[in-house]
Amino acid sequence: MALLSFERKYRVRGGTLVGGDLFDFWFGPFYVGFFGVTTIFFAVLGTLLIMWGAALGPTWNPWLISIAPPDISYGLALAPLAEGGIWQIVTICAIGAFVSWTLREVEICRKLGMGYHVPVAFGVAIFAYVTLVVIRPVLLGAWGHGFPYGIFSHLDWVSNVGYQYLHFHYNPAHMVAVSFFFTTTLLLSLHGAVVLSAVNPQKGHTVKTPEHEDTYVRDTIGYSVGTLGIHRLGLFVALNAAFWSAVCIVISGPFWTRGWPEWWNWWLDLPIWR
Amino acid sequence: MATYQNIFNRVQVQTSHPHMGIALPPEDDARIGTPVQNRFLGFFGNAQIGPFYLGSLGMASLMFGLFGFLIIGFNMLASVEWDPVEFVRQLPWLALEPPAPEYGLSFPPMNEGGWWLLTGFLITLSIGLWWWRMYTRAVALGMGTHVAWAFASAIWLYLVLGLIRPILMGSWSEGVPWGIFPHLDWTAAFSIRYGNLFYNPFHALSIAFLYGSTLLFAMHGATILAVGKYGGEREIEQIVDRGTASERAALFWRWTMGFNASMESIHRWAWWFAILCPLTGGIGILLTGTVVDNWYLWAVKHDFAPAYPEIWAPIANPNG
Repeated sequence: MALLSFERKYRVRGGTLVGGDLFDFWFGPFYVGFFGVTTIFFAVLGTLLIMWGAALGPTWNPWLISIAPPDISYGLALAPLAEGGIWQIVTICAIGAFVSWTLREVEICRKLGMGYHVPVAFGVAIFAYVTLVVIRPVLLGAWGHGFPYGIFSHLDWVSNVGYQYLHFHYNPAHMVAVSFFFTTTLLLSLHGAVVLSAVNPQKGHTVKTPEHEDTYVRDTIGYSVGTLGIHRLGLFVALNAAFWSAVCIVISGPFWTRGWPEWWNWWLDLPIWR
Repeated sequence: MATYQNIFNRVQVQTSHPHMGIALPPEDDARIGTPVQNRFLGFFGNAQIGPFYLGSLGMASLMFGLFGFLIIGFNMLASVEWDPVEFVRQLPWLALEPPAPEYGLSFPPMNEGGWWLLTGFLITLSIGLWWWRMYTRAVALGMGTHVAWAFASAIWLYLVLGLIRPILMGSWSEGVPWGIFPHLDWTAAFSIRYGNLFYNPFHALSIAFLYGSTLLFAMHGATILAVGKYGGEREIEQIVDRGTASERAALFWRWTMGFNASMESIHRWAWWFAILCPLTGGIGILLTGTVVDNWYLWAVKHDFAPAYPEIWAPIANPNG
């Protein structure tokens, strides 16, 4: 049975944004809702299109299947299905599914009396995706600037686009984004470890308290942000990782077309040392 | 939506009796520093800064770390003819480089990589002592040693890059330079030399755990803030005595994606995801050049990269 022991009392009617009671039900552990239906619609349609695109392509090797965007020559027009049109519809389906999923999360938040932090956070991830496949291609004037949907083909895209700017590590927004990714992972390991070390103490000890957590972190690094603060900090650094990733790619092309190492010449040419 | 969303603290307690920390075993040193309270920090987290436990391990670690840091700085300063203005101007480009390949694993003259080798030794010593300190501070408080073991995973990646792989390759020149842009140059050159690291499956795993960790912290941080009004941030209490905050947090994910962690297990997921990032990354670096010379060709051989048709006639190797 899909119900947890305490789940029944939480499964109440209401909180929906659209559709009233019509879709207000669960399927196994999943809440459905109007946006569950639209999520399924977009996800199934998109998956079938990817499979059709794979059938048209040269391989069924899952590592190599790739649904490529249209050629640059199509500009911002619709392309024939077999020549990037599938990619265009899959992109619409993906955005439709992601936004539906967010709104379904909003409905679940309302049902459970929770804040909207999770759907807002997911919105930042969607923003990063939309930046890659809509905003930047539109700014550059061709859907062909989107990335292909394939396991290794999207890595080839990242590699190739990176080397178009000679050395992408010199992109300042990329530096910021990578620093946020590393910081988030460091903080996640510390937070996970501190909580686990408090509830799994040394042999013969009872479970520790938040005062022990604060003491350990203060003893070792001088400042403990606290039990509530660490979740604010973690969310902040994680969302910044996604946000600056979007920034680092959208400025590459639309706002800077040369090698990124060259961008830093402004620093060497500052009037203070000339 | 115009309700309190738990982004900042509305109430701060400024006290003349800051928390001085849980009592330590008698053989330990005393903590140092009088705690101060910072109003700005208090908007987002604890206002209290300090006290701090230095101890002999902390003292030794900071000392060796400072020596290494200063050696790097003075080598950079020497490289711009001791001109302080040029030092600041060129700082992001400056480096303390490892020895040239002809020195192999021998100890080179100080100005030709000797300082790099010494710095690596001092900073490794500093990191090792800091690890020991993270371990002993946890034991002194009767806590588990999970932080130290997570730290060990990061140290593994550091040691692979600067110690283990150079030894296996038979040359200190394989190590990473100290410097801001130079270590980025090293990373890019390393990837190109070995046929694009994106085809290295352990690199792929490491990236997946890096992004996965970021995703997990966004999910976890957002979930706890969203159930803050039910006391969700009191995680230890929720672990040993589940309350409505845990129940709502769990049901949110169960209803969203059909699966949920518990208040304790989410921290195990977090710990493992974060640990596996440098753990798998270290394996990927260790295999590069030692076992696999070109990841692209390796991927073609193992059917996960397309083999491109030969467009031009093969070029004879000028050294062959």
